[in-house]
Amino acid sequence: MARRVSTSTKIGFTVLAWVIALLLFSPILWTLVTAFKTEAEAIASPPTFLPETFTLDNFSAVQARSDYFKHAFNSVIVSVGSTLLGLIIAIPAAWSMAFAPSKRTKDILMWMLSTKMMPAVGVLIPIYLIFRDLRLLDTLHGLTLIMTLINLPIIIWMLYTYFKEIPVDILEAARMDGAELWNEITHVLVPMAVPGIASTLLLNVILAWNEAFWTITLTSGRAGTLTAFISSFSSPQGLFLAKLSAASLLAIAPILLLGWFSQKQLVRGLTFGAVK
Amino acid sequence: MATKQTRALARTMMAPAVVVLFIWMIVPLVMTLWFSFQNYSLINPMMTGFAGWANYVYVIGDPSFTQSLINTLLLVGGVLLITVIGGTFLALLLDQPIWGQGILRIIVISPFFVMPPVAALIWKNGFMHPGYGMLGHLWKFFGLQPVDWFNQYPLFSVIVIVAWQWLPFATLILLTALQSLSEEQREAAEMDGANAVNRFRYIILPHMARAITIVILIQTIFLLGIFAEIRVTTGGGPGYASTNIAFLVFRTGILSNDIGAGSAGGVVAVIIANIVAVFLMRAVGKNLDA
Repeated sequence: MARRVSTSTKIGFTVLAWVIALLLFSPILWTLVTAFKTEAEAIASPPTFLPETFTLDNFSAVQARSDYFKHAFNSVIVSVGSTLLGLIIAIPAAWSMAFAPSKRTKDILMWMLSTKMMPAVGVLIPIYLIFRDLRLLDTLHGLTLIMTLINLPIIIWMLYTYFKEIPVDILEAARMDGAELWNEITHVLVPMAVPGIASTLLLNVILAWNEAFWTITLTSGRAGTLTAFISSFSSPQGLFLAKLSAASLLAIAPILLLGWFSQKQLVRGLTFGAVK
Repeated sequence: MATKQTRALARTMMAPAVVVLFIWMIVPLVMTLWFSFQNYSLINPMMTGFAGWANYVYVIGDPSFTQSLINTLLLVGGVLLITVIGGTFLALLLDQPIWGQGILRIIVISPFFVMPPVAALIWKNGFMHPGYGMLGHLWKFFGLQPVDWFNQYPLFSVIVIVAWQWLPFATLILLTALQSLSEEQREAAEMDGANAVNRFRYIILPHMARAITIVILIQTIFLLGIFAEIRVTTGGGPGYASTNIAFLVFRTGILSNDIGAGSAGGVVAVIIANIVAVFLMRAVGKNLDA
């Protein structure tokens, strides 16, 4: 960043950038302040910006009405569980593709990515019926399984792009020293791959947390995640803007914080390493 | 024979992932295909048996199908247009020497982390509601009649919400690409007397081409399946005004309990996605080697 520009140009760009950024952020900001207003103030016209009567009642009302903590717990179980399960399947696969590639490795990778392109509605009905018959509807393990399957291609791809950059020489040196293959993985590869595995984990927790097709169609009461929790607020509109804002804030806060911390790693993950 | 052993082991290690994904892809797809040729309705269990092409004729022949197909294309195209142009502009702006760049990046990326139903509800109630939404207040402030967005412009409203969610993604990817452009190259162009427009046209844009391809590719995958935003705002209506193919299948198969017709819609959705995918995979394939 060594470009020299006049101070007035810099001020101009800074102001413009901040105005646009705050406009984009305003829906989230508005939700944040509305969550602490009373219902009457939330729909007052003209609106107040900061809450005149600061209240936490909305949060307790939301907890009492729809049990936020149960849904948040379900979201954590499903997003973390599916990511860990995905990593267990994906790490060996990505390892072998990165270090023992064959002629077909690239085709297999492309095929895996293509499963991600299959629209969920194309398989919704059979999955719904299979789940109904196996009594997996509205269960956490059923949902975790689906979430693992839909994110598996992304997990494999991300790990593959990270693993590919680990120098093979080091692995060969370990092999010369007589390391067993399993030792090779646990003692040499894993420590070097931990940063890549960590950001894969982060991105997939975020994706699974925000997944809103299967969570809505396959759950009702017991196994509902936060996406299902928030969707239950969609029908009776009007009287509860403040409570809705409180519920929204509760649903997005954990992942918003996680996202802010990991935004740099996300670029690589989301582009399958094609933009660095 | 270490290499042979390694190769066998490599295959074994890859097997679980390949098998699991293969089952996940093939079993439901074959079932969808099978159902699509059956008379199968949960409301009318007496009606069974082979249906021939009846389900397809029923789904594709209905005016709602054509409208959903057009809506799908408008939704994907509209969001891509807004996010790619807006994202390029924002990325160029954030790449300038400005104060608070780090914080700005975090603020701008935020909408991407908002789960779809929350994004839809925030916009529906906090912004687009004619009575107490922010836009309603703004319209009243200027003495205008507040707009009932979801009734008057349902598809446009959904496009706005989805574009808001994806603009940060496009911006972040394009900004990352932009920042890898070497300073020397830019300065050389500046020295040669290229003006801002020419610098953008001949240096910056070609450099960003690949990132733009990636943005279009990844967004298209997700945009073809837009569901929650429609579910919690318009419910596909009024009529079929904001129903896309994904929502049409859900409406037919799950809400109307017509498994046969819903499956036929699902098969059509898969075919459309595959047509798009063929083009997209070629683009990725090219980018893989580099």
